[in-house]
Amino acid sequence: MTALLPHPSRDLDRTWLTDLEDEAIHIIREVIGQFERPVLLFSGGKDSIVMLHLAMKAFWPSRLPFPVMHVDTGHNFAEVIGYRDRKLDDWGVKLIVASVQDAIDSGRVTETVGQTRNPLQTVPLLDAITSHSFDAVLGGARRDEEKSRAKERVFSVRDDFGQWDPRNQRPELWDLYNGRHRIGEHVRVFPLSNWTELDIWAYIEREGIEVPSIYYAHDREVFERDGMLLAVTEWTQPRANETVRLQSVRYRTVGDATCTGAIASTARTVSEIVTETAASTVSERGATRADDRASEAAMEDRKRQGYF
Amino acid sequence: MPGELLRVVTAGSVDDGKSTLVGRLLHDAKVVLVDQMTAVELASERRGYDGADLALLVDGLRAEREQGITIDVAYRYFATTKRTFILADTPGHVQYTRNTVTGASTADVAVILVDARSGVVEQTKRHLAVASLLRVSEIVLAVNKMDLVEYREAVFDRIVTDFAAAASNLKVDHFTPIPVAALTGDNVVERSTRMDWYSGRSLLDFLERIEPALDPDLPARFPVQIVIRPRTVEHPDYRGYAGRVEAGVLRRGDAVRVLPSGRISTVAAIDTPNGQLEFAPAGRSVTIRLSDDVDVARGDLIVVDGAPAPLVTRELRATVCWLTDRPLRSGDRFRIRHTTRDVQAIVDAIESRLDITTLASAPATELTLNDIGTIRIRLAEPIVVDPYEINRSTGAFLLVEETSGATMAAGLVS
Repeated sequence: MTALLPHPSRDLDRTWLTDLEDEAIHIIREVIGQFERPVLLFSGGKDSIVMLHLAMKAFWPSRLPFPVMHVDTGHNFAEVIGYRDRKLDDWGVKLIVASVQDAIDSGRVTETVGQTRNPLQTVPLLDAITSHSFDAVLGGARRDEEKSRAKERVFSVRDDFGQWDPRNQRPELWDLYNGRHRIGEHVRVFPLSNWTELDIWAYIEREGIEVPSIYYAHDREVFERDGMLLAVTEWTQPRANETVRLQSVRYRTVGDATCTGAIASTARTVSEIVTETAASTVSERGATRADDRASEAAMEDRKRQGYF
Repeated sequence: MPGELLRVVTAGSVDDGKSTLVGRLLHDAKVVLVDQMTAVELASERRGYDGADLALLVDGLRAEREQGITIDVAYRYFATTKRTFILADTPGHVQYTRNTVTGASTADVAVILVDARSGVVEQTKRHLAVASLLRVSEIVLAVNKMDLVEYREAVFDRIVTDFAAAASNLKVDHFTPIPVAALTGDNVVERSTRMDWYSGRSLLDFLERIEPALDPDLPARFPVQIVIRPRTVEHPDYRGYAGRVEAGVLRRGDAVRVLPSGRISTVAAIDTPNGQLEFAPAGRSVTIRLSDDVDVARGDLIVVDGAPAPLVTRELRATVCWLTDRPLRSGDRFRIRHTTRDVQAIVDAIESRLDITTLASAPATELTLNDIGTIRIRLAEPIVVDPYEINRSTGAFLLVEETSGATMAAGLVS
C-alpha cells in the first residue's frame, strides 16, 4: 500500500508531537463516531491547516467524511485565498463559504466603518450551522492562545443561540468525550486544545506541510499602528502621521486583514520559524491581533455570543 | 524542547492562593511572555493593588477576575529545559469540585494546596479523596502562605501530620510535602533561604524530576472508534478498524478476540497514513485490519488474550463521583459511556457514601452534588471492563442524562 503523505523525517521524531497527534486523531474520530453532520472550520491559517491534515490522517485511506467551512470576512490576504482554493481542490475537499459580506448586504449584520469585521463572523457562522444542520463544528482553537480559551473543553456544547456558558461547562473526564446534546444545540470540538504555537510549527516541520507564503519572511510595505505592523492593503491605509516602509516581515496569525499585524522577521524557512517561535517573548495574539486588545475580556465576550 | 510530557493538576480550598502559586511558578520559571506580564501589571494597577497580582495570569474569565476566585479549570502549557508540562489549575469552591475531578482524571501529579494558617480542611480531604480515587500516582502537599506564619517548622509539621492521617484513611501510600510562599516565591522555583529546616526540593524541581508510575502491564485493549471503508477505485475492499490502543501493545500477527461477541481473528496489519507498523503501544491512534471477515463495529473492544482477562458484563459495581445538583437515587436511568460504547443503564442500588469529614464509608440511599459513593448498575447490553485500578481507560465511564446529554457522574469500575 502506498502512503498518502510524506513520511515524517526521522530526525524530527519528537515523541510529544506523536502524543499530540494521536490525541487529536482520537478526538476527530470520536466526532464521526458520535455526530451525524460535522463540519471543519478552515480559514487557511496554520492551525486550521494542521487540523485538516490531522483529519485526513484520521480517516485515511477514506476521503474526508465532512465538508470544510470558511467564515469569510471579505478582508483576505490574496495568498491565503489562493492557497485555500488550490489545496482544497487538490485534496478533493468540499468547501462551504459563509460570507460576512453577504450578511452585511442582506442587513443581517451592520458594519461599523473603520472597525474590524472579526466580531461580525458570529452571525454568518451561526446561520450556516443552522441552515446546514451541522451538529458538530471542528475548530482549530488552542488553549494556549488566550486566557478564556484556556477554559474551553475539547467537546463544548453550544445552546440554540450558539452561546458558550463558561460557568456551566460539562465536566470532561479522561478521554471520554460526551457529544450528546439536545436538538437545536451543537457541539464545538477543538482537537488542537493541548497544542501550543511552537507545537504547531514543529509539527508543520515534521510532516512537511505546506502553508501560505505570508507565514514566511518576505518584503512588504508596512506602517506602524498601536504597536503593530500593518500591511498597506485595500482596507488598511496609512493615516497622515503614519509612514510606510519596506520591511522584511512575516505573519504569525492569519485573520481578517484589517486587524492582523505582521512581525519583523527574517525567518524564511519552517525551521527558522520554529527557532524564532521558541525564542519569542511576546504571545501570538498579543503581537498580532488588534481585536484582542480591546479589553481584558474581549475574547470571552465574543465567545459567549457564539464566536469560535 | 524535551519530549517528556507531565500532566499536573492543582487543587486547593478557596483563598489558598492556588492561582497565585501557578502564576508564581510560570513567572519564576520564566515562561510568562512580555505582553502577558504587561497586561497583568496594568490590570493590577487598575484594581489598585500593590505590585502585580500573579493570579491574574491564570484567572481568565471576567467573573473570576472580578471575584478573585477560580471557577473553571484553566490549562497552562509550558516547558523548562528539563520537561514539558500541561498544568490544569482547578477551582477551590465546593460547588466547582466537578472541575477538580475533570483536571485530576488525566493527571500524573496532583498538587494539593493548604493555607498554613488554616491547615487541613474539609476541601483538602475532598481533593485528596478525588486524587486518590482517580489514581493520580503522585500527590504533593503544598503548604502555602508560610510567610504568614513566620516560616515556622512546627506549623508545617502539624499540617503534614494531619494530612498523613487523612492519606492513610484513603489508602494513599505516599505523598510529598513542600512548604511554600507563593506570594514571595519561596520554594516555588528557587529553594527558600528562610526555611533552613526544610531540606527537600522546590516545587518545580520536584515536578521536573518525578517519574510517575505507569499503568500495570496488560494484554492489549483496542476500542473500535469507527470502521474505515473507503470503497474507492484505489481501495475497493479495504476494511479497517480505527481506534486508539488503550492498554498494552498490539502487534501484527497477534491473535485477538472481538468483545463482547467473542469472535476470534488475527491482526493482519496495523496501518497509519505514513506506512504500516509492526506494533502499536498504548496511546497510539492507528487503523488495524483483521485476517478474517468478522463483524466488528464502533463500541467493540478488540483484545489480546491473556491474564488478566477483561470482564464482559451487564452488571457493574462501581465508585462514582456525583457531579450535578440533582440527587442520584436507585432506579434512575442513564446512558453509560464506556470507551467507545454507549448503552442504557439503570442504577439498581446505592450501597454507600464516603463521609468526607471522617473519611469512612456509610450506608446511603442517595448521593448529592460532589458525593463519592459506591453503586450497582444494570445495563441493557454488555460492556467489556477492567477494574479502574488496573486500567484508567477500560475501567472508567460516565453516566449521561438521556435527554439533556449532561454528564452526571464519573464512574470507576470496582
